Amino acid sequence: MIGYYLDLARRSLRRNVALTILMILAIAFGVGASMTTLTVLHVLSADPIPGKSDQLYYVQLDPRPVDGYKEGEEPLYQSTRQDAETLVRAKQAERQVLMTGGGAAIESQQVGVDPFNVEARWASADFFPMFDVPFVAGGPWTAEDDDAKARVVVLAKPLAEKVFGTTDVVGRTIRVESNEMRVVGVTDTWFPTPHFFDLNTGAYGVKELLYAPFSTSRELKFGRNGSMNCWNSHQDPEALGAPCEWIQLWVELSTEAKRADYYEYLTAYSRAEKEAGRYHRPPNVRLRNVMEWLEHNQVVPNDARLQMWISLGFLLVCLINTVGLLLTKFMRRSPEIGVRRALGASKKSIFTQLLVEAGMIGIVGGVLGLLLAWLGLWAVRHQPTPYAALAELDTQMLLATFGLAVITSLLAGVLPAWRGCQVTPALQLKSH
Amino acid sequence: MFQMQDVSKVFRTEMVETHALRDLSLEVKEGEFVAVTGPSGSGKTTFLNIAGLLEELTGGVYKLDGVDVKALDDNARSKLRNEKIGFVFQSFNLIPDLNLFDNVDVPLRYRGFGRAERRKRIESALERVGLASRVKHYPAELSGGQQQRVAIARAIAGDPKLLLADEPTGNLDSQMAREVMQLLEELNASGTIVIIVTHDPEIAARAQRNVHIVDGVATDLERGPALVKPKAAEAKAS
Repeated sequence: MIGYYLDLARRSLRRNVALTILMILAIAFGVGASMTTLTVLHVLSADPIPGKSDQLYYVQLDPRPVDGYKEGEEPLYQSTRQDAETLVRAKQAERQVLMTGGGAAIESQQVGVDPFNVEARWASADFFPMFDVPFVAGGPWTAEDDDAKARVVVLAKPLAEKVFGTTDVVGRTIRVESNEMRVVGVTDTWFPTPHFFDLNTGAYGVKELLYAPFSTSRELKFGRNGSMNCWNSHQDPEALGAPCEWIQLWVELSTEAKRADYYEYLTAYSRAEKEAGRYHRPPNVRLRNVMEWLEHNQVVPNDARLQMWISLGFLLVCLINTVGLLLTKFMRRSPEIGVRRALGASKKSIFTQLLVEAGMIGIVGGVLGLLLAWLGLWAVRHQPTPYAALAELDTQMLLATFGLAVITSLLAGVLPAWRGCQVTPALQLKSH
Repeated sequence: MFQMQDVSKVFRTEMVETHALRDLSLEVKEGEFVAVTGPSGSGKTTFLNIAGLLEELTGGVYKLDGVDVKALDDNARSKLRNEKIGFVFQSFNLIPDLNLFDNVDVPLRYRGFGRAERRKRIESALERVGLASRVKHYPAELSGGQQQRVAIARAIAGDPKLLLADEPTGNLDSQMAREVMQLLEELNASGTIVIIVTHDPEIAARAQRNVHIVDGVATDLERGPALVKPKAAEAKAS
C-alpha cells in the first residue's frame, strides 16, 4: 500500500502547487537554518580525541599564597615549572606530559624560501603517544632526549614539505632559531579541534607545525606563547623555582580507579609541599578529563549556542506553520476521506496515507534544507571567526539533516493526519 | 444475510438527546430489493449509515453475513465494509482527481488485490455499466448519469453482497434515473441485495419490499407492521 500512498501523495501535492511549495519552503528554511547552526555547534563541541578523551586528564594544583584563599575556589589554571617537572619525573601516571606553546623562526633548505615563523609546541616525550599523534615518517623523541636536552625536532607534514619538499626527512637537520636540530619524525596532518591540550593559545584555528623537547626549548631559550601568571616577583619567570604558572600538565589514566589513585597522589603531594613550606593553602587539586576540561572552559562560544537556539525557534515556527497548512489541506479533503472510509479505508489507512504525504513534503524539504544548510555553512566559512574553517557538513550531520527534515514533517503531519482520519464519513457523504 | 434486531441510534449533545432510530428490526435475505422510504429527518440516512457500518449503533444487534458488527474495531469494520458492502450516493462521490479507472480502483486497493486482479475487476465493472471505453476520463468530463454509473461500477467491483444506495437517482433526470434503476435491478437479479433509500414513490414501487421509517420507527409495508413493530409499540399493544 505504501506505493499507492506515495502515488496519492504525489497527486495531492501536484493538485495545489503553491501550497506544496510553501510547505516545502517552510520545512527547508527551518531545517536549513537549524542544521547550519547545529553543524557549527557539532564541530565546535566535538570530542577532539574520541576513544581517549576520558583517559586524559588535565592537572591543576594550587601553590599560591594563602592570602585571598577561599575554600572550594579553582586552583591555578596552569602549573608551575617546578610542579610540572617534578610530577613528570615522578611517573605516577601511565603517561605524563608537560608542555607550553611556542614559536620559532625556521630557515628553509629550499632555495628561494625566506626564513619564516611557525607556531610550535615544546613538550616532553610522552606528548606523542599520549595524544595518539600520527606519524608519516620516523617517530617521537625519547625520554632520554628530554633528559639530554637533545637537539631534536618533530615536524608537521606541511612544514616538512615546505622546508624540504618531502616528508622523507628523518635524520636531516633543520635550522630552528639558528640552531641545527635533527628531525626524528614527521607527523601526518594532525590539528585537533578544539586545541584542547592548550586553550591558552586559542581553542580553534591553531596549527602547530614544530615540536621540540621542552627541556631543549628552555636550554635554547625558544620563544613561548600563552599566558603566564606570577604571584611573586622573580628574576626569571620561566626558571624552575619561579612562582609563575605557564605550563600545561596532562596525565593519562586508563581507569577510574587510577584516576582516584592519582587524585590521592596529587593531594598527598600538595600536603607534602605545604609541610615543606612551598605550598601555603590546603590541598586544592583538580583532575579533569578532556571533555570536562572543555566544558569547564566553555570552549563553545556563547553566540554559537544562542544562534542554535534561535534557529531551533525558527524551525518551531516553520513547524507550526506547516502544521497549519497541512491541517487546512487535509481538512479540505474531508469529502475524499469520507468516500475512502466508506469504500473500506480504515482510520489507520487514512492516517498512514496522510502521513506519507507529510513525509514526502519532508523529504523534498529535507533535500532543499540540505542545500540551504550547505549554503549557510559556506557563509559561516566566510565569516571572520577562528572556527569558520571548521563549518563543514560531515556524514553524521548530513544524515541528521535529512532525519530532522523527515521527523519535522512527520511531526507536522501527525496532528493533521490524526484529525483527517477522525473525519466522520457519514457527515461528509451526505454534505458532499 | 442482513439482520437488524431492536437497533436504536441516539445522538446526544449536552442539551439534547435525539432518537434517530428506535428499536428497528429488519431482516433482508439474499436477492431481495428493499426500498426505504420516509419523510426528511425520519431516520432513513441514519439507518443507511448504520447498515453501511459508517456509524455505530447505540443499542440492539446488527449482524451482517453472520458477523455481529457491534464488537468489531475500526479495522475489522472497515474490512467488513470493504468486502461486503457497496455504496451508491446521491451526489456520486467520485474523487475528482482520479480518472474512472482509478476511482473504481479505490475499494480494490483497500481489499489488497494484486494489480492483475484489480485491472480485471475494474474493466469488468466498467464494462457492466457501459463505460469501458472511458477509463481515462475524469468525472468532470461525464454527465450526471454516467458519473452515477461509475459510482455503481465502483460499488460492485469488489462483488459485495449488499448494495446500499442513498437517493441514487436524486440528482438525475428521469431518463438517466431509469437507466440507473435498470442497472440496480440487473445487479439485484444477479443475487446482490439492494437497499435503496428514496423519496420517489415510483422507484419505491419497483422494489420487492418497502420499509417506511417515520420518527425513527420502521414499518415493513409488504410484510406487515407486526414484523418490524418497535418494542415500545409491542409493550403498549399488550
